[in-house]
Amino acid sequence: MKKHSQRAWLFVLPVVLLVAFNALIPLMTVINYSVQETFGNNQFFWAGLRWFEEILQSERFHAALARQFLFTFTILIIEVPLGVIIALSMPRRGLGVSVCLVLMALPLLIPWNVVGAMWNIFTLPKIGLLGWVMNNLLGISYNMTVSPVAAWITVIIMDVWHWTSLVVLLAFAGLISIPDAYYQAARIDGASNWAVFRYIQLPKMKRVLTIAVLLRFMDSFNIYTEPFVLTGGGPGNSTTLLSIDLVKVALGQFDLGPAAAMSLIYFVITLAVSWMFYTLMTRNES
Amino acid sequence: MKLRTLIPVIYILFLLLPIYWLVAMSFKTTNEILGGFSLFPQRFTLENYQTILTDPTWYWGYINSIIYASLNTVISLLAALPAAYAFSRYRFLGDKHLFFWLLTNRMAPVAVFALPFFQLYSAVGLFDTHLAVALAHCLFNIPLAVWILEGFMSSVPKELDETAYVDGYSFPRFFVTIFFPSIKSGIGVAAFFCFMFSWVELLLAKTLTAVAAKPIAATMTRTASSAGYELGLLAAAGVLTIVPGAIVIYFVRNYIAKGFALGRV
Repeated sequence: MKKHSQRAWLFVLPVVLLVAFNALIPLMTVINYSVQETFGNNQFFWAGLRWFEEILQSERFHAALARQFLFTFTILIIEVPLGVIIALSMPRRGLGVSVCLVLMALPLLIPWNVVGAMWNIFTLPKIGLLGWVMNNLLGISYNMTVSPVAAWITVIIMDVWHWTSLVVLLAFAGLISIPDAYYQAARIDGASNWAVFRYIQLPKMKRVLTIAVLLRFMDSFNIYTEPFVLTGGGPGNSTTLLSIDLVKVALGQFDLGPAAAMSLIYFVITLAVSWMFYTLMTRNES
Repeated sequence: MKLRTLIPVIYILFLLLPIYWLVAMSFKTTNEILGGFSLFPQRFTLENYQTILTDPTWYWGYINSIIYASLNTVISLLAALPAAYAFSRYRFLGDKHLFFWLLTNRMAPVAVFALPFFQLYSAVGLFDTHLAVALAHCLFNIPLAVWILEGFMSSVPKELDETAYVDGYSFPRFFVTIFFPSIKSGIGVAAFFCFMFSWVELLLAKTLTAVAAKPIAATMTRTASSAGYELGLLAAAGVLTIVPGAIVIYFVRNYIAKGFALGRV
């Protein structure tokens, strides 16, 4: 049993202050902008809820939001099962484990703009390895700057390349925490591979997999740098995800009011979906 | 059994292909890259690396990034250690809500905060310092560090604390001499993830710096636009950004997987 103690707040205080400084003050600034209209010379006018109404009704926002959900769910559907399959087929002990872990973690450690740039040159039709092989060796016309389909596939493959390892690491962590005795018992009972997976491995991985899904949801929903460097949101608006659209409004057109209102709507959506995941998971636990 | 060894091998090959392409490019001259397709560098050159390692605007980018990522790791851990201890050992008013609130800050779209961050750090006079970036990255690193450390601390039996107090240890002495060593691997994992997320983040780091603390990633994007397309140089700079992370990961490889397994949600 944990002890009840309000003194524990003292221990938490530094964290609360640091995070609040970074989270609350910018959030208040955003709220402040979201209800005003700006002109040059720092003049502000009260706009009420106009921006919120406009954005919630604008087709541009709906389109960006739809693309964002499509992207996030596609990568979740690919990365989570793929990560589990790879973790299941990894060696459990010996040198192979270290080699696998170090090599697989490499993409996680590359700065996000380098990831985007790397995939950009990798897919260039004339000088990129993938682009050249597709166009010249396989005879498949593949050019991201022209075809929205190619751009989409590339953005998704890039994300799978970048983040599947996180799911692998987490799933593997869950797997190695299963005592050998479980497997021995299953063998004695004559359990099939599927039964071992379904009734021993999957339940043991559930906790880490929920962390994986939550982290991947949050991070992919906020993705900005990699697709921006890779495609710039194009061709047209076809890969303009929510964050890219937001930055276009905020910095490109310098419309602080609408950008701030859009930020808030965006944040609330992320929060709501994450909260849904969070409660679903904690409910199952208790 | 054959398929089982084949899957990780294919996956790793898939991961290494784009990295190989970057490395191969970094040993080519820009003319060779633009001249046409070749699997291996035809005229192997170290010129690109030489430029980066001798030009201060280039190598200071690396030093700046290492400084703020390390600084962020230290700040995040110092703040997260006592907080994680509180979450793992005590119940207090609003503990669950506080924990979820901390997590929500990992959900905040960074693009949302870029402009207000710029204004905030300009207002307090920290703009273009390493400290500004290190503090800003606390937004998403502290919640993660608390999350990981709390998991490790909860796996240490509470009897350890009680025995130490009976033996007459004060709290700080207990924390440093007894508790600290027993969660060493957790601290390693948390440090790794803090360093990693601070190292790879670009949007905030770029927004909060101009010259003095400019991160390597920003140096790369600015060079790309000002000097035309120096592809060979950019590739070499990209390769060098992978090195620090690779070194760090080698040291903590055995703990990484464990770190999240013990965490709670």
